[in-house]
Amino acid sequence: MKKVRENRNLIFTKAFESAEDNYIPDLDIPSSNLDDIIPKNLLRDNLPIPDVPEVEIVRHYTDLSQINYGVDSGIYPLGSCTMKYNPKINEKIVKLPGFSIIHPLQKKNEGAILLMEELSQLLHKITGMDAFTFSPAAGAHGELTGMFILKKFFEQNGNQKNKIIVPDSAHGTNPASAKMAGFSIIELNSNEHGEIPLEELEFAMQEGDVAGIMLTNPNTLGLFDRNILKITEIVHKYDGLCYYDGANLNPMLGICRPGDMGFDILHLNLHKTFSTPHGGGGPGSGPVGIKEGLIQFLPEPYFIGNEKIDKEKINISHSIGKMKSFWGNFGILVRAYAYIRALGKNGLSRVGKVSVLNANYLRKRLQEFYHLPYQRICQHEFVLSDKNFPNKITAEDIAKRILDYGIYAPTVYFPLIVDGALMIEPTETESKEALDYFAETMIRIYQETQNKPEFVHKAPHNTPVGRLDAVLAARKPVLKE
Amino acid sequence: MDYNIPKNLKYSPSHEWILIENEEGIIGITDYAQDQLGDIVYVEFPEVGEEFSNGESIAEIESVKAVEEFNIPVSGKIIEINDEINENPELVNESPYEKGWLARIKLANLSELENLLSSENYISQINKELED
Repeated sequence: MKKVRENRNLIFTKAFESAEDNYIPDLDIPSSNLDDIIPKNLLRDNLPIPDVPEVEIVRHYTDLSQINYGVDSGIYPLGSCTMKYNPKINEKIVKLPGFSIIHPLQKKNEGAILLMEELSQLLHKITGMDAFTFSPAAGAHGELTGMFILKKFFEQNGNQKNKIIVPDSAHGTNPASAKMAGFSIIELNSNEHGEIPLEELEFAMQEGDVAGIMLTNPNTLGLFDRNILKITEIVHKYDGLCYYDGANLNPMLGICRPGDMGFDILHLNLHKTFSTPHGGGGPGSGPVGIKEGLIQFLPEPYFIGNEKIDKEKINISHSIGKMKSFWGNFGILVRAYAYIRALGKNGLSRVGKVSVLNANYLRKRLQEFYHLPYQRICQHEFVLSDKNFPNKITAEDIAKRILDYGIYAPTVYFPLIVDGALMIEPTETESKEALDYFAETMIRIYQETQNKPEFVHKAPHNTPVGRLDAVLAARKPVLKE
Repeated sequence: MDYNIPKNLKYSPSHEWILIENEEGIIGITDYAQDQLGDIVYVEFPEVGEEFSNGESIAEIESVKAVEEFNIPVSGKIIEINDEINENPELVNESPYEKGWLARIKLANLSELENLLSSENYISQINKELED
């Protein structure tokens, strides 16, 4: 861990009175009196822009960058986020002038449009969906787009279905998106295997007012629902549609496709599954893919990925309307395209397999020490629990202590169906050495919880700031100094 | 089990309690629920005068760990909310049955009380949850 600078202040507090090195050239036009140009009530005496020499600014931001942590610094096992390494070649490609200095309103953009057409064809092969819109700016925006399509589909057919089934193992945004689109939510509790109880699903569908299901698969427990074909069959039997939350597609790449499992709509998180800088690093992209029968509802612009479909015959007279200006977050599409083309079919399926292997390797090593509520082979991630921890040690304590070892913490307290959850997703990026370092650190922390629980409870000790008072910050926030 | 589950209250399986006074009820979350949620930082209340049917979510309780819905244990109309909570959400943690009550309601249908749990039954439910 880097030595902490003691005088780390905001740049605004760093005014150097003697600094005259402010780079503003001498005036070479006649000067005017400010009062004559600007009304007095708009003038102020004090504008606290720091007057700092260039070298101090450079040091300030270099210092901040050094206390940052990203996947370029080390393993980033933030479950549900797929924090994989972003190959630098993607950045090189997206900065090519043909992609970076174009504008959507210029007359010729064939290269960019061709890239999106080809990307939709590649995503068709990967997911089995027929057409895509790249408008959604992130996963939840994709969910909302999908729910609008679903709603429009039933309205068009004169059908009053107004409920959506969301299992309790779904991403938290699923019920929020369905609700925003005007549906009410039926929550289904997972069974003891972390899967959908089929009888209850059928019972809910029989009511006749259920428009469909939103399924996160693998779910937030990192488990693949083994009844997935039966689930889509039941929903279709009662004229519902099946929505696939593809945020967790990583382990399935090149192995199996939601389109083949009977799903009608899905969204992808290009910014997770297909690299691209995400987290704090850049905008997202949550394309929505649909089966042929739903093309008429797509927002514009859209792309037909399935080349067997006759584009001439397409009519989108029932489009849900625009979801975002222009073409979506185009730079993310370029990176995802570059990633897919660089890996190819074999490379992608290796990504899927290694992400599962890495997660299971960690699961196996850690379950000897930590409580694993769902004892099964997992997919890309798994969830431990702080249950049975000695001395009232919590998931938060463990997460804070991990920071002391120079590792980013796993996701904590999600999913809600596991008490004191620690959700770990190593991704395929990590080497065995990196996985072992993480596992050994977690085991060491487990031993610390028994030998020196107070020390763990007060962690972190080596970070620039210690344990923050999250409760006070939430109860009495100071939003302005 | 170290939770305080008073005998004079009725309970819902989703960890709400109700104290009955004539046709009115005072509602809140149980000691077990506040402990599971952790430090509560905010409660979003319904409007006074709003009517809800039993099991509907009427408020959202936000803790440092999670945001949980608060379901009304029986159908009724909100006649008062506990304003104190806005300023001091920690009351729900410190005194879930007294200072940390959430709302006063006018019951729509007294017979719904029969579907609620007694303190004994509620204690066996949470014991089971703790075992799982």
